[in-house]
Amino acid sequence: MMAVTLPYPFDYVFMQRALIASVAVGVFAPMIGTFLVQKRMSLIGDGIGHVAFAGVGAGLLAGVWPVWSALVFAVVGALGVEWLRAKRKASGDLALALFFYSGIAAGVVLVSVGGGLNASVLTYLFGQPLLVNRHELQVIVGLGVAIVAVMLVFRRLLFSVVTDEDWSRVVGLPVGFANAVLAVVTACAVVAAMQIVGILLIAAMMVLPVASGQLIGRSFGGTMRWAIAISVGSVIAGLAVSRIWGPAPGGTIVLITAGVFAFVAIVKRGVAPRLPLPVDEPAEQEA
Amino acid sequence: MAEPARVADAPLLEGEGVTFAYGRMRVLEGVDLSIRPGEFVALVGPNGSGKSTLLRVLLGSLQAAAGRVRLFGEAPEHVRDRGRLGYVPQRPVLASEVPATVAEIVATGRLSRRGWWRPLGAADREAVGHALASVGLDGMADRPVNQLSGGQQQRAFIARAFASEPDLLVLDEPIAGVDAESQRRFRDALVHLVEEHGGAVLLVSHELSAVAPDLDRVIVLKRRVLFDGPPARLTDEGVSLGVHRDDLPLWLEGLR
Repeated sequence: MMAVTLPYPFDYVFMQRALIASVAVGVFAPMIGTFLVQKRMSLIGDGIGHVAFAGVGAGLLAGVWPVWSALVFAVVGALGVEWLRAKRKASGDLALALFFYSGIAAGVVLVSVGGGLNASVLTYLFGQPLLVNRHELQVIVGLGVAIVAVMLVFRRLLFSVVTDEDWSRVVGLPVGFANAVLAVVTACAVVAAMQIVGILLIAAMMVLPVASGQLIGRSFGGTMRWAIAISVGSVIAGLAVSRIWGPAPGGTIVLITAGVFAFVAIVKRGVAPRLPLPVDEPAEQEA
Repeated sequence: MAEPARVADAPLLEGEGVTFAYGRMRVLEGVDLSIRPGEFVALVGPNGSGKSTLLRVLLGSLQAAAGRVRLFGEAPEHVRDRGRLGYVPQRPVLASEVPATVAEIVATGRLSRRGWWRPLGAADREAVGHALASVGLDGMADRPVNQLSGGQQQRAFIARAFASEPDLLVLDEPIAGVDAESQRRFRDALVHLVEEHGGAVLLVSHELSAVAPDLDRVIVLKRRVLFDGPPARLTDEGVSLGVHRDDLPLWLEGLR
């Protein structure tokens, strides 16, 4: 169907669909993640993923496409976490835990009533980019384009709010609105990424590339660009490894982003500070 | 002395009989004050005199138990054009998980002023450059804020407030721990804002020696307003505007 011919391992149409969907996730997940990390809400993606799982269960039970029901659950859950946090009814941490555990429990109950852990449920839990069909690809890319567009419009406001919320409020920036937008965009990203890396690993794609990016980048924008580059590279490498040797693609992609972080951290913190040491060592031996 | 035309201008910030208590402890009692366009006013008082509480009430983050507050002529929680307000917090708590540069931080000062949805244009970049130069950070625009010294960071936050070219600039203890060179630049920038742009400044500080000759008024607060007038009258009464952690409280005792 596709006009382009790509070399092995991306020679089949299913691999090309996986590639497009995964690269889309590779772009928007760390883009949002940079703001979430700055807001010290790195694990929000995980929490929303658990709420989305309840949505998957509800969808399977009701006979609705689980992506739509997951989207509704995730958006409501994300706004709920943000509302609890903003009203200081609970700390960000506790607000997250409330939704996190209620979500996964509801998911377990709904899935068990709806027929138990079948292949379809496992796809959403662990991700399966190689099985993405044309319609699913359209939804993922459509959500991705919407997410990136919203982030481009809101990036300055979001940067101000996540970096200094108190000051932003005093000078009259719409802090509550900005936080709500970030929550909704995060929910959309979680659901769009669900079929690629799986509910259990979504937060990793939002956070791990940013962890590497903030070690390399010297600005907020620079960190975000590095995070996206690392994430896209990891996604392509992960898919290739999965096709060639057969490990699960979602886990492979995340392990590669973790590997990149380890490498960057060692190079930046380990090797560089050690450079002046040889000068000092002889003196220490004499003493 | 303020010109008659200025006096006729409506106050930018106004408090009438402002009273506030934490539980049963009265912190503010019948505080009256007003800041008009083009005025450079300092608010001083010993520790625990209610300065910070008064600021919070005036800016609308705390509700007065009694009295009336007007910011740009409206109740502070309903002010529509809050972008006219510049603010330098006492100890900004800046999230620094992700490095942000001085220029990125200072540019956020433009958002509330001209609409956060608008892309930053040439005029914005110029205002950011101006603000950086006025606090002596022009060479450090691309440095991550979390790698600067405490004094340099504080200057970055002052630049963020300057970048919005505010009609009213409120600064909460902005020069605590800032070196003499920075204080001089800071003073020049405040005077520039007042004289060139007709902006008003409300400076809450312990340390006024850097700006004493430029002040239009000094307000001394200790739960109530004990003094409100030109600094010359205050010095006549035997108080230096320098480091008065020691002499100001003594003078305040004498007033009671």
